[in-house]
Amino acid sequence: MRRVLAVAELLAPALLVVAVALVGTVVSTSTETYVVTTLVNVAIVVALYVFIGNSGVLSFGHVSFVAVGAWAAGILSMPVAEKPAIMPNLAGFLRDTTVGNVPSLAIAAGVGAAYAVLVGLPLMRLSGLAAGIATFGVLEITHNVLRYWEKIGPGLNTFSAVPETTGLLQAAVGALIAVAAAFLYQRSRYGRMLRATREDAAAARAVGVSVYGQRLVAFALSGALAGLAGGLYVHLLPLNTESLYLDLTFITLAMLVIGGATSLWGAVVGAVAVSAVDSFLAEAENGVHVPGGTLDLPAGTRIVVVGALMALVLILRPSGLTGGREIPLPRAAMRGLLTKFAR
Amino acid sequence: MTLPLATVLGADWQTLADAVGLGGIYALMAVGIGLVFGVLRLVNFAYGQLVMAGAYALAFAYEQGWPVWGGILLCFGVVVLLSVAMDWLVFRPLRAHSPAVMLVATFAVAFLLQSIALLWFGPLGKIAASLSSLNQPWVISGVDIRKISIVSTAVAAGGLVALVALLGRTNVGLHMRAAALDFRTARLLGVRANRVIGSAVLISGLLAATVAVMLTVQTPLVTPDFALRDTILVLAGVVLGGMNRLVSATLGGFAIGFASGFLGGALPTDQSQYLPSFLFAAVILVLLIRPAGLFARTGQQAVERV
Repeated sequence: MRRVLAVAELLAPALLVVAVALVGTVVSTSTETYVVTTLVNVAIVVALYVFIGNSGVLSFGHVSFVAVGAWAAGILSMPVAEKPAIMPNLAGFLRDTTVGNVPSLAIAAGVGAAYAVLVGLPLMRLSGLAAGIATFGVLEITHNVLRYWEKIGPGLNTFSAVPETTGLLQAAVGALIAVAAAFLYQRSRYGRMLRATREDAAAARAVGVSVYGQRLVAFALSGALAGLAGGLYVHLLPLNTESLYLDLTFITLAMLVIGGATSLWGAVVGAVAVSAVDSFLAEAENGVHVPGGTLDLPAGTRIVVVGALMALVLILRPSGLTGGREIPLPRAAMRGLLTKFAR
Repeated sequence: MTLPLATVLGADWQTLADAVGLGGIYALMAVGIGLVFGVLRLVNFAYGQLVMAGAYALAFAYEQGWPVWGGILLCFGVVVLLSVAMDWLVFRPLRAHSPAVMLVATFAVAFLLQSIALLWFGPLGKIAASLSSLNQPWVISGVDIRKISIVSTAVAAGGLVALVALLGRTNVGLHMRAAALDFRTARLLGVRANRVIGSAVLISGLLAATVAVMLTVQTPLVTPDFALRDTILVLAGVVLGGMNRLVSATLGGFAIGFASGFLGGALPTDQSQYLPSFLFAAVILVLLIRPAGLFARTGQQAVERV
């Protein structure tokens, strides 16, 4: 019984990711970009979920890990010949080194994790409002430094000339890695201990769980996943500091909250559902044909709709679309599976 | 690279006056945020969008050629209406939730309002310049100081004095202070929750409208992200000072406004561009060392409302 539930807990989000990727193979090239973006969003939101969902502590700072991951992967995978044009003040080592696509993604994850540990060491002592404000401070500092420090990146310039290698396959694999890591973590001893601190910090302490230590573990893991997502992101679109700031923070938090912050299934459902709505509206802002005429929405409609959706979900269904639970199996299917396993 | 601090302190009175003026404006915003936090335990991330709405009202009035008082009246009307609507539609349904959920909700409202402004008025911005004569300097004993610096300092001081009187001398003020201290006990003793919260929201709306008038004089170009940066800084300042008491929140707001106005004006660009980093690093440091804030009384921790 437990094993069946565990399998469903992993399979349902993984299958959803695969289904989204399969949709991407049959649509036009322009729509495919939206699908790939959706998959990268899944990776970011799952990264958010690993920390926020399991610990119950709010973080506005995860986009900074996405940003440093994107910076690392972008700088290191840009051809050496292209670098001086975009990043004239780059420090020596970064200027002369270029790595392949997969190593750059691994480095992005590593840098994300390292930065998360660095930030988490002091910050994981905080919770509630203080954690929200402090992680917001991390976002501000990261944005500010990446924007003006031209030794470590393009500064105000846009990351062009990064090989655009994030296609359907890579994005899907990235999202699946994030889902699998989140699943393994939440079924592990550490994940359970962290969720215990979320439910009742005092009781968890009383049985010997270190709230600080467990939060730090989750923060590092989610930093790694966010960094990986950032690497995928920079290989997908030409980014700059503004694309990795408040808007992305808002939209990914909205995805997590709308889906249901306390379950992996909720994180993936939220990311896919909101990305679908968002892509449709983004397309509609340029005018699309719908049955019965052309839909042409003014620029900015996306965020209005997503913001309204998020506020509505928070008010009407604070635990999100999925209720913050893992996938509910229909009873008949469960019984069938159980008898099969019993034999 | 030497800091021209001495020259700045000695000669550049304009920078100093600007910094005091900005500190005053930020102090008013800090009071607006702090009042609502006191009774609701809610950090209103959408406060800046109230100011933005007021600024658009002023721009509209300027475009239509309304007299100055008409624009200011419209600004106050719009902002107060919007803040009351925000209370009804968002804060009330969410009152029972955790502070973190409410913070996320106001984050959503902030983005919602900002994109509505983007939809409605476009990204280019509008001009609200009916009070631009306040940018002219006054000559005070041989020193030129822009009128707005003095006006905003005076208005901020006046507003704070009025508020202290309201909180200290009236019944509603007493109720608000009681609710900020311990909401549950205050209710048990007969303080009406809705009335207290309603008046806090109303006053914070009035303050936002005042801030809108002052800020449009300094920055007449009104865009959808008007006052966003200011709100982020003020939030940091409020936390820096200590959210639990109005006095400490106000001091924190003033301090961060003064610091960013003064350093922004006095430092060369290659140093002042990292100013936000230093301010937020200071905020994080304060949160770690003195979670209750710099100016808070020691031994008082935040009591999360049940």
